[in-house]
Amino acid sequence: MELRRPNTTRTVLPPLAVTVGMILLWQAVSASGAFHESAFPSPLAVLRGFSEELKNGRLINDLITSLFRVSCGFVLATALGIPTGLWLGQKLAARLAFLPIINFFRNLSPLAWMPFAILWFGVGDASAIFLIFLSAVFPVILATMAAVANIPTVYFRVAQNYGINGLENLTNVTLPAILPQVITTLRVTAGLAWLVVVAAEMIAGRDGLGFAVMDSRNGLRSDLLVVQMIVIGLIGVVIDRLLVQLTRIQSVRWGYEH
Amino acid sequence: MSIKPLRLEKVSRWFDAVEVLREVSLTITRGEFVAVVGPSGCGKTTLLNMLSGFDLPTSGSIERAGEVRMVYQQDGLFPWLTVAQNIALGLRQVKNASEQTQQINELVELIRLDGFENHYPHQLSGGMRQRVEMARALAGDSDILLLDEPFSAVDYLTRLRLRQELARLLDERPRTVVLVTHDIEEAAQLADRVIVLSERPARIRYELSISAPRPRDLTHPEVVSAIHRILTELGIEHDYEKTAGDNHFVAVE
Ligand SMILES: Nc1ncnc2c1ncn2[C@@H]1O[C@H](COP(=O)(O)OP(=O)(O)O)[C@@H](O)[C@H]1O
Ligand SMILES: [Mg+2]
Repeated sequence: MELRRPNTTRTVLPPLAVTVGMILLWQAVSASGAFHESAFPSPLAVLRGFSEELKNGRLINDLITSLFRVSCGFVLATALGIPTGLWLGQKLAARLAFLPIINFFRNLSPLAWMPFAILWFGVGDASAIFLIFLSAVFPVILATMAAVANIPTVYFRVAQNYGINGLENLTNVTLPAILPQVITTLRVTAGLAWLVVVAAEMIAGRDGLGFAVMDSRNGLRSDLLVVQMIVIGLIGVVIDRLLVQLTRIQSVRWGYEH
Repeated sequence: MSIKPLRLEKVSRWFDAVEVLREVSLTITRGEFVAVVGPSGCGKTTLLNMLSGFDLPTSGSIERAGEVRMVYQQDGLFPWLTVAQNIALGLRQVKNASEQTQQINELVELIRLDGFENHYPHQLSGGMRQRVEMARALAGDSDILLLDEPFSAVDYLTRLRLRQELARLLDERPRTVVLVTHDIEEAAQLADRVIVLSERPARIRYELSISAPRPRDLTHPEVVSAIHRILTELGIEHDYEKTAGDNHFVAVE
């Protein structure tokens, strides 16, 4: 592991070349005149749109708004989902009782809740947070539950041998034992939440990146549309990269080896 | 002190309609190393669970004096803790931090894993992990060590080395030991007393003492003779009797 040093000629240059190639292709298609400028903006037009959006501050505001909603929904889902999963993972009877309904909601697209979200919470932060919460909470519950239920019993017997009792079983055995799987799930659900916030704001928003996309479409500003698409994609990548850092923690590495 | 650290009196264990242990009586004296051998599935782990107090007998009684620690067949180490942190679990009564560190270092040295203190179990070989398990179990001052086929998940040569290691560790830190195994060689090489269990329901079928001092070579005459006697008892080898003044052996049916 330690011997494999990151090699810039292999890790930086090829992806850079592919990206530059994509932009050149984009430029070539837009210069060919196959599409009208308003349907296929050129890279230069997008760059101009980008600086316009930065100057008037709208892009940053929308970005902050969307990130705020995702963070709230995601934190709420985690704060509720992990304890619920812990409980269900330990109680077979509760698991049997709740599993079908949780599976149902987990497989129901959170976007189907949109009309109710608007009815109950109106247009704005609350309904978007509600939808993000719904998209994240069920996967977190299910993954935590499965992780807890699958902890090898030998760990608890070892704990008992060495005088680990009561609450320490939770902090010293259960939580560290499920952490690798929980981190993986948080990564997946954060990605999901970022998808959902854009969709939610497109319909139930007056601001945020999703709303900005709809606004650009209504204003026939395809250049801004591309700006927003790029930002949404990049932020999704950044969120994932940030959460990947959690998997670098030494005491969870065991969950990702072999 | 003459208290018996472990004493089973007509212990039986049923799982629903399945009888696993039948009236097992066994007294183990302080500092004794007892090996229990028997075929897979005969009830060896069940017996250890009774001894450790993790499970209760359906009938019969168990007396136990002292703190018990168990070493498992595989991966009883906490994968989220380093070698040093795992061993520290065995030293939870030692409150003084520097004294604890010192004892951890001693144990790491004892199992010859110096330099691996901060490695995690998944970074170690199977043999190294079992050595850490033994160090953790021997840390502090527990009284009784229960070993459940501790070397069955490693290759043959590593197993031979781990046996020597265990004999050496026990020389340094004597404990009352019950080793459960399906490996007759292992039992004969390590134990003061070998108990042979029957097929399920397990009863004590045969018992034999070995007095040669540890560590013993696998080819030590007493070890070889013990293996032979156990195999004969199990009907796997034939009993040869040396005829007087002659150098060849004759089978007696
Ligand atoms: N908790 C249990 N419930 C039901 N049957 C069990 C349980 N534990 C063990 N058994 C049965 O008891 C028998 C002996 O098991 P075990 O003690 O693990 O054998 P060994 O360790 O000698 O291989 C097996 O047939 C097993 O299926
Ligand atoms: Mg067993």
